[in-house]
Amino acid sequence: MVHLLEVHDLKVQFKTIAGYVQAVNGVSFNLDKGKTLGIVGESGCGKSVTVLSIMRLIAEPPGEISNGVVLFEGNDLLKMEIEAMQEIRGKEIAMIFQDPMTSLNPVLTIGKQISEAIILHKKVSKEEAIDQTVKLLEMVGIPLAKERYNDYPHQFSGGMRQRVMIAMGLSCNPSLLIADEPTTALDVTIQAQIVELTKSLQSQFDMSVIWITHDLGVVAEIADNIIVMYAGYIVEEANIYTIFENPVHPYTKALLKSLPRVDSHRYDRLEIIPGSPPDCIDLTVGCPFVPRCPYAIDRCADEHPPLELIEDEHKVACWVMGASGSHND
Amino acid sequence: MGTDLSLNEIPKLVEAEKPPLLLRQLVFMRFKRHKMAVAGVIILLIMIFYSIGGAFLLDEDESLYTDTSIRLNAPSSEHLFGTDVVGRDILARTIYGGQISLLIGLIAMIVEVIVGVLIGALAGYYGGILDSILMRFTEAMLNIPQIPLLLVLGKLLADKIAPVALFGREFSGSVIVIIVVIGLTSWMGLARIVRANFLSLREQEFVTAARCTGTRNWSIIFEHILPNTMAPIIVSATLAVANAIISEAYVSFLGVGVLPPTATWGNMLNGAYNYIESAPWLWIFPGLFIVLTVLSINFIGDGLRDALDPRALAQD
Repeated sequence: MVHLLEVHDLKVQFKTIAGYVQAVNGVSFNLDKGKTLGIVGESGCGKSVTVLSIMRLIAEPPGEISNGVVLFEGNDLLKMEIEAMQEIRGKEIAMIFQDPMTSLNPVLTIGKQISEAIILHKKVSKEEAIDQTVKLLEMVGIPLAKERYNDYPHQFSGGMRQRVMIAMGLSCNPSLLIADEPTTALDVTIQAQIVELTKSLQSQFDMSVIWITHDLGVVAEIADNIIVMYAGYIVEEANIYTIFENPVHPYTKALLKSLPRVDSHRYDRLEIIPGSPPDCIDLTVGCPFVPRCPYAIDRCADEHPPLELIEDEHKVACWVMGASGSHND
Repeated sequence: MGTDLSLNEIPKLVEAEKPPLLLRQLVFMRFKRHKMAVAGVIILLIMIFYSIGGAFLLDEDESLYTDTSIRLNAPSSEHLFGTDVVGRDILARTIYGGQISLLIGLIAMIVEVIVGVLIGALAGYYGGILDSILMRFTEAMLNIPQIPLLLVLGKLLADKIAPVALFGREFSGSVIVIIVVIGLTSWMGLARIVRANFLSLREQEFVTAARCTGTRNWSIIFEHILPNTMAPIIVSATLAVANAIISEAYVSFLGVGVLPPTATWGNMLNGAYNYIESAPWLWIFPGLFIVLTVLSINFIGDGLRDALDPRALAQD
């Protein structure tokens, strides 16, 4: 079966004064039509860089996509001319961002910002674009859409702005929507609304979604498959049920333990993962999680564990817990 | 106490919810508070009205007609502002000179803004090698002192360019030279301001978002980023008008700017220093007009700067 999006061995690095920052180190995944992929990980583990590379929005220099193939509907996006890429951006692949406060242009009306993409990609008249924009705004739940067409971003609340961003993303019926931590800047009730909205629009438009988050609770609501990233590597990949019921990689386990739970005791402290993610400038040869891993053995520091299949649709990169590990249970 | 809310208080709450002010309304409100700037607008309007409206009362020939028999006459009922060294009517000359001085200020400003914004925007948006080249060029231009350059170019080119007819008047070629030279030697400050703003704005998420929808670079530069940096450009442009008027007055006073017989407020001062005491009306009137115009434009610039300041805007 042909996948909508195939990423093979993507490597991205940034040149800095201190050396090359290895932000993404050989990431591969597939995404089928209509499915949702969740990418989970701490800040600075390469989630955003991965999707920005798919969109070819990495600033070069200092960034550099040093290796990899990104096949979208069979075409390699990384080899595409920039003009052809501009056709794909917005029309085929849309993206929404973390902070709705800064991702809308403060001096343009929201109507103009949405209709601009429609005029650009669908080649319709201005009146037609305005009609479609109002319909989109209604669809994402903006009340009085017609009146609000001429409002500026500062006249909207955060949740409403994120809805506007979603409307902007959906304006040309993309087949892939990339959501880069779209709920992080919103409060919990609004988060739920945005997740519900995305889910209903996804089935309505028959889109695939890549949902980046560091909040496993949010991703549980929406994702079919999960990728857990650490220091630019995929450490575990599985469907959503497996991740929550049978996490294997120590990092995934630690992430799940650090989630607040409704059924926990009142005075229990939330578990934390000691330490912080490594500096990606001088990655060691071994597993990057070694310094924080309670199960680490000697081999972990010397050799990088490959991402191996341990059961159906469940891949893990770990010497101890993974396919070749002795403690596999 | 919470239940004390009587019914007739509710409509009041609804009324209080006025629609938020548009940015331009807010700016206008703040500008009005700046008394000197409002005075500046009034004076400038009077100046414009004087130079344009005056032309309907006095023919241009009157500003050019020489009659040495009435040279250096003091202000009288016939010549309200007196006459100059060759007997031309100073009132008529301030009217037609005013047109040229204001025109030079305005068009030189437009030239400056176009060049400055273009260079600053390209350098700031694209960065890298283009930025280095454009900024080194800007710095090179900053190293050339403007006044000597104006004098040299004015001297070299002033009589090389044919007169141009515009707005029903004929302008000597030296006017064009002065406009172009002033415009092309004063854009550097603006280019640097625009570049600095573009450098910070291009990293904003809304620019990435615009690129994500496939927006072309030129549209991002001119439709998305440029409107975000209009405030400093407007202020700069206002002050540029004043500076251009001053520069023109300066070189014309030295006799190499706009060539007589075409009058400007600047070249009317040329030669007046010989009669500072004996015929003060030679320099008082054009001097007064230059001072009033430049001062009022500077006040307007100040007022605009305060009115457009985004931090101050957020407080209201």
